[in-house]
Amino acid sequence: MTATGIGAPVRRKEDQRFVTGQGRYVDDFNRPGQAYAYFLRSPHAHAAIRSIDTGAARAMPGVLAVFTGEDLAADKIGGLICGWMIHSKDGSPMKAGPHPALAQGKVRYVGDHVAVVIAETLAQAKDAAEAIIVDYDVLPAVVDTAQAQKAPVQVHDVAPDNTVFSWHLGDKGAAEAAFARARHVTSIDLVNNRLVPNAIEPRAAIGEYDPGTDGYTLYTTSQNPHVARLVLSAFIGIAPEHRLRVIAPDVGGGFGSKIFIYAEETVCVWAAKKVRRPVKWTADRTEAFLADAHGRDHVTHAEMATDENGRILGLRVRTTANLGAYLSTFASSVPTYLYAPLLSGQYDIPAIYCEVDGVYTNTAPVDAYRGAGRPEATFVLERLVEKTARELGQDPAEFRRRNYIRTFPHQTPVIMTYDTGDYEASLDKALELADYKGFPERRRESARRGKLRGIGFSSYIEACGIAPSQAVGSLGAGVGLWESAEVRVNPTGSVEVLTGSHSHGQGHETTFAQLVSDRLGIPIEQVSIVHGDTDKVQFGMGTYGSRSGAVGMSAIAKALDKVIAKGKKVAAHVLEASENDIEFKDGKFAVAGTDRALGFGEVALQAYVAHKFSGQDLEPGLKEGAFYDPTNFTFPAGVHICEVEIDPDTGVTTIERWTAVDDFGVIINPMIVEGQVHGGIAQGVGQALLEGAVYDRDGQLVTASYNDYCMPRAIDLPSFQVGMTVTPCPSNPLGIKGCGEAGAIAAPPAVINAITDALGHEDISMPATSQAVWRAAQKARMPMAAE
Amino acid sequence: MTTVSMTVNGQSVTADVDPRTLLVQFLREHLRLTGTHVGCDTSQCGACVVHLNDQAVKSCTVLAMQADGGSVITIEGLAQGSELHPMQAAFREHHGLQCGFCTPGMIMSAIDIVNRKGAALDEKTIRAELDGNLCRCTGYHNIVKAIAAGARAMSQVPAARQAAE
Repeated sequence: MTATGIGAPVRRKEDQRFVTGQGRYVDDFNRPGQAYAYFLRSPHAHAAIRSIDTGAARAMPGVLAVFTGEDLAADKIGGLICGWMIHSKDGSPMKAGPHPALAQGKVRYVGDHVAVVIAETLAQAKDAAEAIIVDYDVLPAVVDTAQAQKAPVQVHDVAPDNTVFSWHLGDKGAAEAAFARARHVTSIDLVNNRLVPNAIEPRAAIGEYDPGTDGYTLYTTSQNPHVARLVLSAFIGIAPEHRLRVIAPDVGGGFGSKIFIYAEETVCVWAAKKVRRPVKWTADRTEAFLADAHGRDHVTHAEMATDENGRILGLRVRTTANLGAYLSTFASSVPTYLYAPLLSGQYDIPAIYCEVDGVYTNTAPVDAYRGAGRPEATFVLERLVEKTARELGQDPAEFRRRNYIRTFPHQTPVIMTYDTGDYEASLDKALELADYKGFPERRRESARRGKLRGIGFSSYIEACGIAPSQAVGSLGAGVGLWESAEVRVNPTGSVEVLTGSHSHGQGHETTFAQLVSDRLGIPIEQVSIVHGDTDKVQFGMGTYGSRSGAVGMSAIAKALDKVIAKGKKVAAHVLEASENDIEFKDGKFAVAGTDRALGFGEVALQAYVAHKFSGQDLEPGLKEGAFYDPTNFTFPAGVHICEVEIDPDTGVTTIERWTAVDDFGVIINPMIVEGQVHGGIAQGVGQALLEGAVYDRDGQLVTASYNDYCMPRAIDLPSFQVGMTVTPCPSNPLGIKGCGEAGAIAAPPAVINAITDALGHEDISMPATSQAVWRAAQKARMPMAAE
Repeated sequence: MTTVSMTVNGQSVTADVDPRTLLVQFLREHLRLTGTHVGCDTSQCGACVVHLNDQAVKSCTVLAMQADGGSVITIEGLAQGSELHPMQAAFREHHGLQCGFCTPGMIMSAIDIVNRKGAALDEKTIRAELDGNLCRCTGYHNIVKAIAAGARAMSQVPAARQAAE
């Protein structure tokens, strides 16, 4: 390992600009002649629009234009789409209602887009928006996930009972047979609380139109600019794909919420042509709460069957998943194919059957949020495993160990073929790091101080490296999920790598450069990573689902192999040797067995000078591209152990210890990987203890600011103890599995299992706020008095 | 319109602004100092923290007029040429940032913590003092480490340098 190669904790190249305030996020850009957009949003969760009077607003100072859904319709601008088709049990396709970028005839959630004002300044646009008169016929709303199918309210005409799909996976008969022969059945009812992703950078967009070239540019806070361009051109019809440039520069966090194609960016790029001015929009935080896609929001009943030896025989799961008022870009895949196939977890479960109903409600759209489906699956399984172990009177760690999968590849009953893993190794290491043996004494010590101490486990698995194209296509994806890369070697030997991945905090400029430095034997300073601009990178599928390493870097590795192969040809001509005799090692092309060699930079120069092979078959230049499509998902897995102390007098839960042992396969930069784990745990702890989006009965979001939605702060979290085990992934050339979502997947059940362990009963739901824990603690102390 | 004058990162600036202009808007939109960020509209996130007359303030909660005659330091004013401020260097060394959006506010708050609490900061103090800043990426683990290290490094900086700040 070199100081900057694979496995080295290289300090990040991008940090120089971030720590000095030189990062360039969308809102930092200002285009000549720029105007500002402000969206008038629905104050009602559900209403018919009788009329919109924009006359007074148009006459306000500085106003350039006011547009409504009618204007978009007149220009034949299509609605926003959901790109993943789900079929119900009966074979019928999911019921996708229309999703116009600006409401047409109806609004369906508080924050829905009613009109947009374009003005010289943002203040003028806001002032004018207040002068728009909308005549609403307010309709009853439905917000409750569990009640959506029974409500006397229909969100979309196409979806009776508000049911988008009634989907299932697994073998119902096999599961019933397993339960019929079970010695013990454990059942549980769970709510997976609704979350708001809350990247600290709010979404933003600038649309621009150049009449000279009939070209459009969109600056946007996107995790996948090419997919944004594809959807905007092919489905929404904003502009032809080859004349639309999408730029996603520095992006201040995504967590899934910036994968999707939203109304605001769509309208900005369309409106730019209408007003012949660049149009800028930046969300304020309240808008982010109202109109960013939310995450989770499941209601689940699940059962686990075990035999007389404490072996899991079967699992039955019934989930209702809230999809909000419209189907967001990937919404339908999250509670189906990203959820149920992970219900086997790390366990050898012979029979699994899962039913999921996706439902419409008058709430913001729900889509992928860090982990996307896999946290929901892990929460169900790990809560159920914990409860089963307790009901059987078994140590929760040993119950897990007994049921772990031990041989690989392993075919689960729910689609996935796990390629490799060593779950016991992670458990053993985690038990040691967490000093599990010492826990009883720590618990006694807490008790002496009147405190309750509990320990909670989470053995999670995730399917990430979201690809391969054939597999996702067969499951309903509208696109293939390969990745592309282009390696451009300059005549001076410096290297630009163009990647279809997108970095919004993950440090690609460093890790990707490490791979290049390692493979080409050149200093990391000679490598630059280019991403996030559709005019530079030919095509890419973006970053989500922990796919940048396993898929994006594999594409780079493939392109590097081609560069080295071409370099050998060049070196052979220059050194007047046979190509087969050229070896590439440590940045040198050498004739085997001789001291004749050329450095990488010398070969690069010769490739462009081309004097030595002019007129022969070999083309000048040194630039290679690759598209990489893996053979399987990757399966990171691990064990997280959370130890809490609860003050029963206040309900305050303090996380005393956090131990994470993860298997991410081969690690390029351990510093960055650990950072990803830390961030994921914090988001998972946020879900478990603090965060929850709450709508009132009428559909008003009562948690629409940081005053009301409790984000985890530094004081809410401990420092984490992070360990690793390594089983290299066999389905990509680098052995990488992916690490971005692990913490968010593992943490919620670990926290809740720890709290239930401390309280001695199962009745606590997320977020386990101090109030909720206090109530539960009182109930445990005095069952009668607390009723 | 009203005229405001102040020193920003050691340079005198004067401008005519709408009286409702916030300090953060003045910095970002008039002076194009875009390192100071806006992450919320309730003064909860801390992405906009700058120093006004040597104290950390949330520049989304201060009118530009209120800073009239004052001295403002933003993230752009910390490094001396290519030499990072010790706290900036510590954030980089300890991987105290990921997307970088909350980072300028974090660093400005961190320096203020050191100025108020001294260089010997324990973990609990740092976590408690960071209650005005949100980070969604790092889980705070490395931010806490960075601030502890940055605080120690700040105490090593020659007095002349600190006086210049």
